[in-house]
Amino acid sequence: MERLKFATVWLGGCSGCHMSFLDLDEWLFDLASLVDIVYTPIADVKEYPPQVDIALIEGAVANEDHLRMIKLVRQNTRLLVSFGDCAITGNVTALRNPLGNPTTILQQIYLQGITHTNGIPSEPGIVPALLERVVPLHAVVPIDVYLPGCPPSAARIKAALLQLLEGESNKPAGSEALRFG
Amino acid sequence: MMLRIRSAINEGEHMTVRTLMIDGQQISAQEGQSILDTAREAGIPIPTLCHLEGIGDVGACRLCLVEVGGGDPTRTRPLRPACMLMVAEGQEIYTNTPRLREYRRMIVEMLFAERNHVCAVCVANGHCELQDLAVAVGMDHVRYPYLALQCSVDITHDRFMIDHNRCVMCTRCVRVCDEIEGAHTWDVAGRGVDSRVIIDLNQSWGTSPTCTSCGKCMLACPTGAIVRQGATVAEMERDRSRLGWLVNAREKKQWNA
Repeated sequence: MERLKFATVWLGGCSGCHMSFLDLDEWLFDLASLVDIVYTPIADVKEYPPQVDIALIEGAVANEDHLRMIKLVRQNTRLLVSFGDCAITGNVTALRNPLGNPTTILQQIYLQGITHTNGIPSEPGIVPALLERVVPLHAVVPIDVYLPGCPPSAARIKAALLQLLEGESNKPAGSEALRFG
Repeated sequence: MMLRIRSAINEGEHMTVRTLMIDGQQISAQEGQSILDTAREAGIPIPTLCHLEGIGDVGACRLCLVEVGGGDPTRTRPLRPACMLMVAEGQEIYTNTPRLREYRRMIVEMLFAERNHVCAVCVANGHCELQDLAVAVGMDHVRYPYLALQCSVDITHDRFMIDHNRCVMCTRCVRVCDEIEGAHTWDVAGRGVDSRVIIDLNQSWGTSPTCTSCGKCMLACPTGAIVRQGATVAEMERDRSRLGWLVNAREKKQWNA
């Protein structure tokens, strides 16, 4: 049997979900024996490959890079897992939404009420522009599985991955595995 | 079937027993009892948010909606809030149909979409009835766009604060303040997404001439909206049953219950 191609992606989040993923400790060896890890911020891979089977996506969609990336990931992946609260709800990354549009927020941060300023940072092509609103993944692309938690515990990640590797993607309603926060 | 029994609590008063069906189960209840209380006594769970033991019900959150059968079988069964619906002889009640489960999940999702509920950084994380409800209704994500409303935070009271971002408009604070404390400091202003709980004449909490600083609103609040000042993430624990205990003690003189 051909081994499944597995990826993890880091968008607008704090990387806490990936830290929790690393908390799988020795089970990572078991996972590595079951799947080929073809893309992850933990390894040095530049391009997201085609025909990925399962991808865990951490973080919300907050800037233009995230938007491009999530569309590419969706195109190249069979099962997309919204990984952690930022990916599912926007969470901390989306705390800026009630405060106004990016211009207003950047002006507040870099210009207003400070004595020394180099202006609002602008490096076209290097620093991606912020989107009007931070949105969860499912607002942009269809999502197959939701794995909440801030971060989801290693045990919860393991349970979800085992389910997916066995070809199941449905969690029962009322399951504690669905708890946010 | 109707029979008269003598109540042990209200000596000399006649209580009428009603027999009804809840989810196909035959259940007896006292006249004047709500479907919610009757179902819970029988071990049938119905989710609630605005209901709180010790204060009057208002049917605000709609989570306890049940289907009332027995009518025209060709028509969809009407929906009634179980907290406001009183038992009646021969009633047929359904508490857990696919339609009700879908509506309950929709309600919880809309509560999350309306204001800014961020469990991860909330003082009530792990002790929140809204967070628990999301688990209970199987909410794995919110299908509606988040409104990202701008809501204020009032920290002008010495001991308590209110963060309107986390308020679900259950009005428990309004009722507990009016019915148990007798101060009626809290009330509701505005309509739709603009509705807010307010202090007195919509003024800052610290300037309230009526607030007795008793903290019952803080005890009653189901989320992290009304909290103790100084509480940080996940620290906001409270014993909501103290309110029911207080009412029971006052009305039945049972101080050690």
